[in-house]
Amino acid sequence: MAELNTGDGGGKKGSGKVRSKKSNAKVDLTAMVDLAFLLITFFMLTTSLSKPQSMDLGLPDKEDKKTPPKDIKVDQKRTMTIIMGKDNKIKWFHGLLESPEPGGKPTDAVYGKNGLRKEILKRVVSVNEYCKLKPNYKKGDGLIVIIKPSKKSTYRNLVDVLDEMAICKVPTYAIVNDISPEEMAIVNEMNK
Amino acid sequence: MGKIKMQKKSTSIDMTAMCDVAFLLLTFFILTATAKVPEPLPVDTPSSTVQTKLPETGLVTITVGKSDGKEQVFFGMKDRAIRSGALDYVSSKYKIDFTDKEKTEFELMDEFGVPVEGLKQLLALKGTDRAKKGVQPGMPCDSINNQLQDWIQGARKANIENGGTKELQFAIKGDAKEEYPQIKRVMDILQDQKINSFNLVTGLRGKDYN
Repeated sequence: MAELNTGDGGGKKGSGKVRSKKSNAKVDLTAMVDLAFLLITFFMLTTSLSKPQSMDLGLPDKEDKKTPPKDIKVDQKRTMTIIMGKDNKIKWFHGLLESPEPGGKPTDAVYGKNGLRKEILKRVVSVNEYCKLKPNYKKGDGLIVIIKPSKKSTYRNLVDVLDEMAICKVPTYAIVNDISPEEMAIVNEMNK
Repeated sequence: MGKIKMQKKSTSIDMTAMCDVAFLLLTFFILTATAKVPEPLPVDTPSSTVQTKLPETGLVTITVGKSDGKEQVFFGMKDRAIRSGALDYVSSKYKIDFTDKEKTEFELMDEFGVPVEGLKQLLALKGTDRAKKGVQPGMPCDSINNQLQDWIQGARKANIENGGTKELQFAIKGDAKEEYPQIKRVMDILQDQKINSFNLVTGLRGKDYN
């Protein structure tokens, strides 16, 4: 392919004429290919092809401290609270802390599909069933997860829990920063 | 004697096709390349399963991380027009004038983390020196000296003045090991300006997590 036809083209074979030496026009491409691949490697390593991913997070409006916050009554059967502590520790309970739902006492859990996710998924299903039976609930009402990160929990913990919310398709969840004294006791226990 | 003579084969291969492919790939990479800028504050983002990508334009990134054992906050704007608008706002607020040269330098800077008083010195440095450790101490964002808030304000103003039809988006890029109160402080600063929806930058999680 890279050969050029040199000489010998005309057909006229001059007799006795000085014939120029037939030189091989095949170029050695090895060096060129080397260079090309070197540059490819360079550009591949320096480009950032993959854009970073992001997680959308919507937070409720900050209320003014002056106006007393309205108390919204939520069915305690629908709420699940997750408290995050130090060193990837986690505790959750279903219902109220004083009177948890059956099987919903404050329990330790681990992050990941065999820990927290199982509990959340179980409740997503059971609360959804419960809400269907009640006539005053609209469609789409279901489990409400309250995420309470303590001071010692890390950003990774927060993202992990938010990720679980997305995976388990929890209808409503919120990050709540005020921790009641009773819950504080749990936090202190965990962060000890 | 009927000895079979091995035919002598030429050892040189025709490399034309290989060369063609190599240069085709090279052209592709050169054209799609956007040079990776060294980050002044490298952070290890937590991973998630969410697939949404960050937008290319109209984005402000607030990086929260730790360097030399100190909490640092860095501020980055994606659009050049917003960068210059935000600089104008901040320079008039803090009564620090920037020359035209410094302004153009600033427009080329992706991310920075210095108090506005130290911005001049930072702009005087070469691009590679800026990313060095210890050059940028992070942006002050406590209650006494909240410059992060002013930069956010400036960026939003610049977005509106540029006739931006879309609301400026904010992304928080936090280090996975960062403790929650640090992230919350940045979220609070955003929420003080009624920015209630923002993005958390994450990496990709392995498939077996689901």
